Amino acid sequence: MHKFLIRSFVSSLVLLFTLTVAAVAKDVKAAFVYIGPTGDHGWTYQHDVGRKAVEAAGFKTTYVEGVPESADAERVLRQLANSGHDIIFTTSFGYMNPTNKVAKEFPNVKFEHATGYKREHPNVATYAARFYEGRTILGTIAGTMTKSNVIGYVASFPIPEVIRGINSFTLAAQKVNPNIKTKIVWAFTWYDPGKEAEAAKALIDQGADVIAQHTDSTAIVQMAEKAGVYAFGQASDMDKFAPKAVLTSVENNWGPYYVDRVKAVANGTWSQKDTWHGIGDGMVVISGLDSQMPSDLQSKVKKLQADLASGKVHSFTGPIYDQKGNLMVAEGKTADDGMLAGMMTYVKGVEGDIPK
Amino acid sequence: MIKIVKRDQPSKAIFFFTPVLAIFLTLIAGGIIFYILGFKPFEALKFFFIVPIADKYGFSELLLKATPLCLIAIGLSFCFKSNNWNIGAEGQLTFGAIVSGGVALLFYDQEGFYILPIVILAGAIGGMIYASIPAILKTYFNTNEILVSLMLVYVSKLILDYLVVGPWSNPEGFNFPETRQFSDSARLPLLFEGLRIHAGIFLALAAVVISWFVFYKTYLGFQMKVSGFSLKTAKYAGYKGKKMIILVFLISGACAGLAGVGEITGPIGQLHREVSPDYGFTAIIVAFLGRLHPVGIIFASLVVAITYLGAETAQIFLQIPKYTGQVFQGMILFFLLASDYLLFFKFKFIDSKK
Repeated sequence: MHKFLIRSFVSSLVLLFTLTVAAVAKDVKAAFVYIGPTGDHGWTYQHDVGRKAVEAAGFKTTYVEGVPESADAERVLRQLANSGHDIIFTTSFGYMNPTNKVAKEFPNVKFEHATGYKREHPNVATYAARFYEGRTILGTIAGTMTKSNVIGYVASFPIPEVIRGINSFTLAAQKVNPNIKTKIVWAFTWYDPGKEAEAAKALIDQGADVIAQHTDSTAIVQMAEKAGVYAFGQASDMDKFAPKAVLTSVENNWGPYYVDRVKAVANGTWSQKDTWHGIGDGMVVISGLDSQMPSDLQSKVKKLQADLASGKVHSFTGPIYDQKGNLMVAEGKTADDGMLAGMMTYVKGVEGDIPK
Repeated sequence: MIKIVKRDQPSKAIFFFTPVLAIFLTLIAGGIIFYILGFKPFEALKFFFIVPIADKYGFSELLLKATPLCLIAIGLSFCFKSNNWNIGAEGQLTFGAIVSGGVALLFYDQEGFYILPIVILAGAIGGMIYASIPAILKTYFNTNEILVSLMLVYVSKLILDYLVVGPWSNPEGFNFPETRQFSDSARLPLLFEGLRIHAGIFLALAAVVISWFVFYKTYLGFQMKVSGFSLKTAKYAGYKGKKMIILVFLISGACAGLAGVGEITGPIGQLHREVSPDYGFTAIIVAFLGRLHPVGIIFASLVVAITYLGAETAQIFLQIPKYTGQVFQGMILFFLLASDYLLFFKFKFIDSKK
């Protein structure tokens, strides 16, 4: 009798649990719109890892990959909003206007737009990551590991996000090695393995022995591996594509945020906000450090990581000068988010001009 | 024994039948692919070809998608009929969008009935200017128009990149690669409340009617046809080949430019890096699937448009990878070219005992 009671109690608990999970899963459905294929091992791949985390938390998800930022984006969004999805994540900047347009028509559906700035309706939120914090770490490593004192940097588009990354990287590298120069090649693409590899090769030919990238494919680290120089993985851990070249990667970790926001919809606590999370909140993650790095550098990097996370260190701490020698941030001050969001000037030590 | 012999003359019935056959074979092959991927073939095909256009909204989206394809393909058929291989409609579309977008941006804070006609005209002229480059190089320097027009596609995209990143980027847009939104006076009017289908469809329909008239009722159409069959004959007949080459390129460029106008002043409303998901290239499939016939092109543009919509629906509801849409477009072209074999050859049954 006793056993029976316990057993039925346990089984009813299990049943209750399954029912609750099932109820939650049935209630909220999340959709994700991707710019590229889920197998790009960069930007879209990491968003899809985040989506899988939402699935693992017991929610149903849908995704549409390779959605161009042309007139097609609006149709895909409307179709997702129309087919029972409660929250839609649009994961590329070019979806900003369609997201706001469709959000107006579907006030009961929540929209989350990555990397944008328009929140025209109460059901639109925006989110982005402080990738520049990761670049502070990469700059520290690059400045220490370079022998030629020339660091190559493959950039995508001259927008604040990318300029900020170049600056943060260069400032950190200068701190450990005042003689370094950062050479930039603008690829004018986010994802084009051919172009990216060419850009990397041009930089290596100019004497760069460490290559950083702000584009998404694995072509650059593979080119670095072939040329015998160092590189850093972008968006996902790219170590397996170039085990000798990749010293570490900066990973975009969207999972926790996605789970959080989908749960907020389920609990009815979702509200509009603008999120900008960094290492401290776990949205930016540093992969394992390569054993080619000397142990004192490794411990330095780990400490820097902890200090960035706690806020003890800020990537943009004065004095910071621009290329012409004008003061951008005074000594002892740090750049505020407004300045970071609109950053369109290089700091001292970066070579060349921003394409206009 | 079966022997394959050349036909004396291509059969007219088979000429119009093979596109239908190609679509049929594509459906069968598509079903097989879905089966191999582990989906129910009929269900998948239903979500691909029927569900997306089952309601009013879906059907309007089909027309929206087919409009630029039809317009460009009509223009291309002028070139293809007369043996001019303009592969660069995507570039002409992009350049047309650049010119008309530039004009629309001049009027960004103004309203007025005169703005839209200027913007449309600018797009057509932009496309014509861009198409004239391969045409002039071909007529006067004997260059290969396939290479020149194709390469110019990439040039046009780089020009667009440069403009939206630099001088034309929205001053209030945090330097993101996009322009301001156009004023309402520079936008093509919508035909129905709540649907995105816009007045650009009338441009496409006008192009259909005009091209039919030119192809079948004018001396120019006859010249194009003769040149298409044999350039030597055309020369012998004393046709002015150079003039015609330039003319068909200009027409083709104007159509592509107008398609660009339709995209940016219709659903998009601004210039950014991606004004067209390669309509200029897909329209080549449309032109051939439609047999370079204006009415055929209407049907072909609808068929190809649905592969785009179907790919989205299939991914949303069945998680079939969206890139299968491109597989379908490729298969249609492949089966069309393969079944064209039947046009020129026939199977003859021969008694092998003899």
